[in-house]
Amino acid sequence: MGMGNGNPPIVEIVNLSKSYRRGSQTIPVLEDITFDIADGEFLALMGPSGSGKSTLLNLIAGIDKADEGTIRVGGVDITSLSDKELAAWRAANVGFIFQFYNLMPVLTAFENVELPLLLTGLSRSERREHVALALQVVGLSDRVDHYPAQLSGGQQQRVAIARAVVSDPAILVADEPTGDLDRVSAGEILQLMDRLVREFGKTIIMVTHDPRAAEKARIIRHLEKGILTDIDGQPASPVAGS
Amino acid sequence: MAIPFSYSLRNLWTRRLTTVLTASGMALVVFVFAATLMLAEGLRKTLVETGSYDNVVIIRKSSNSEVQSGVDRAQASIIESQPEVARGSDGRLLLAKELVVLINIPKRESNKPANVVIRGIAPASLLLRPQVRLSEGRMPRPGSAEVIAGKSIARRFKGGGIGETLRFGMRDWTVVGIFDAGTTGFSSEIWGDVDQLMQAFRRPVYSSVSFKLQDVTAFDQFKQRVEGDPRLTVEAKRETRYYEDQSEAMAKFLRIMGITLTVIFSLGAVIGAMITMYAAVANRVVEIGTLRALGFQKMSILAAFVMESLLLGLLGGVVGLFGASFMQLITISTMNWQTFSELAFSFTLTLDILWKSLLFSVGMGFVGGVLPAFRAARMNIVEALRAS
Repeated sequence: MGMGNGNPPIVEIVNLSKSYRRGSQTIPVLEDITFDIADGEFLALMGPSGSGKSTLLNLIAGIDKADEGTIRVGGVDITSLSDKELAAWRAANVGFIFQFYNLMPVLTAFENVELPLLLTGLSRSERREHVALALQVVGLSDRVDHYPAQLSGGQQQRVAIARAVVSDPAILVADEPTGDLDRVSAGEILQLMDRLVREFGKTIIMVTHDPRAAEKARIIRHLEKGILTDIDGQPASPVAGS
Repeated sequence: MAIPFSYSLRNLWTRRLTTVLTASGMALVVFVFAATLMLAEGLRKTLVETGSYDNVVIIRKSSNSEVQSGVDRAQASIIESQPEVARGSDGRLLLAKELVVLINIPKRESNKPANVVIRGIAPASLLLRPQVRLSEGRMPRPGSAEVIAGKSIARRFKGGGIGETLRFGMRDWTVVGIFDAGTTGFSSEIWGDVDQLMQAFRRPVYSSVSFKLQDVTAFDQFKQRVEGDPRLTVEAKRETRYYEDQSEAMAKFLRIMGITLTVIFSLGAVIGAMITMYAAVANRVVEIGTLRALGFQKMSILAAFVMESLLLGLLGGVVGLFGASFMQLITISTMNWQTFSELAFSFTLTLDILWKSLLFSVGMGFVGGVLPAFRAARMNIVEALRAS
């Protein structure tokens, strides 16, 4: 049940449902999902387009609202938070890695990485130290003053990863992090993510189509039409121990 | 903490062409706004500086200006005997019974006639107006057909220069001197001996009596007594007040016209800014989604876009004011409808106009930016992120 490393769960999802309204039709996206993600896990969510894997990721990351069910992250029920509280919670607890990096084109690598720290109480010099460290971890200490347009795709994604880890959040969510990269760069990014889990104890939840990316993950969960299945395609038991 | 200021600033710089075009629209409006205020201010300043606070002008009751006024000799003598009238160092009264007549003389450039004030002066007239100074030639000799001309008249009217002659009142008058009265209304007048002019124009009465107060604070008491005196049908005003009243209607007209025009123009500029800002929001949907995902609050997004629009307005304002400041080099001459005479004045930029114009331009930026900023702030995060 996703507790591959034996650690206590950091994400606990219970009876989660979500549907979208298109005109008068209601389209179910996630149906009664229940599962845990252990602290320090590297989990890949796979499945065909429209299976609801990105929606699940968005719900865990606190940028979308569930219809039913609860999501507890680090003991906090995020489904009960207001928009404002949720924004503050994201700033402190979630790092985002996007397919297209989503860096601010008008800000330098340094300033992009610094953005999440502006939401903390850190002083200017403390922020500078954190940013320098994060950029060092991703191996871009020599690209501090470059603008995103001056960096390659792989480098941009590394800046984005530095931005995701700079405020030291417990979980990192990655939506197709290698989707826009060539093989070599993708390999480097996956290596980096693996290091974040091993060395820094981060929990990564990654949505991907790429089997090579999924290989790096320690656990792979499949979604099919809004229902979580195990690797062999069998529906996962709804509650652990039942 | 808010989204950094540099984010707003650099986004403006990134789309500099759009920024420049939008700011130019705003700059034009600010230019018109500032220029009309400067015009009204220039007019006011010219007329108000014409007067001094410790001088009193007496005109016939209900006449708005000296041109419409008449004070007969008997009444003038009563005023002359009032105790408030100051005396000069030579012991003579600092009081001038003056005549004001309008004549028209042709302009040098266009040969078109325009109204000009002829002022019949007494010896005390110059002492009452220390801002008036003879810059060339000499004063007219009493009893002769000689006049002196203000420097605006000398420059702009035929026969107004030194040594030239002007024909009015069925006589030829030689200009024997030029006087400089700074930017005051006197610069647009011709002065000659009051008795000669009264004869020439066959006027039995003076137009006004002006004098200096012995005690500046004695004005109210003087006004009350003189205006209540049954022998007198006059009205007393401080000279500053008198000239301010003269500029009031025209300055008001300029201000109302200017503000009406700029409000209409500003609608265009505001719509321009709004289109620019809506486009800016539309181009940055993913960035907005990302910033929200990172944990920035709706208010921060709102503030960042409003800031961007305010900066746009400020840029327009600074450019518009820079342009308008050059208007100070221009001198306008026009008819003052209250005195029916020609008056020359300059656009005058004051600190008050400066901040009003900047406030106006920033206001345009705010109005133009607030709706797009709300759209940015209210965006759904998931949909915004999916826009890539």
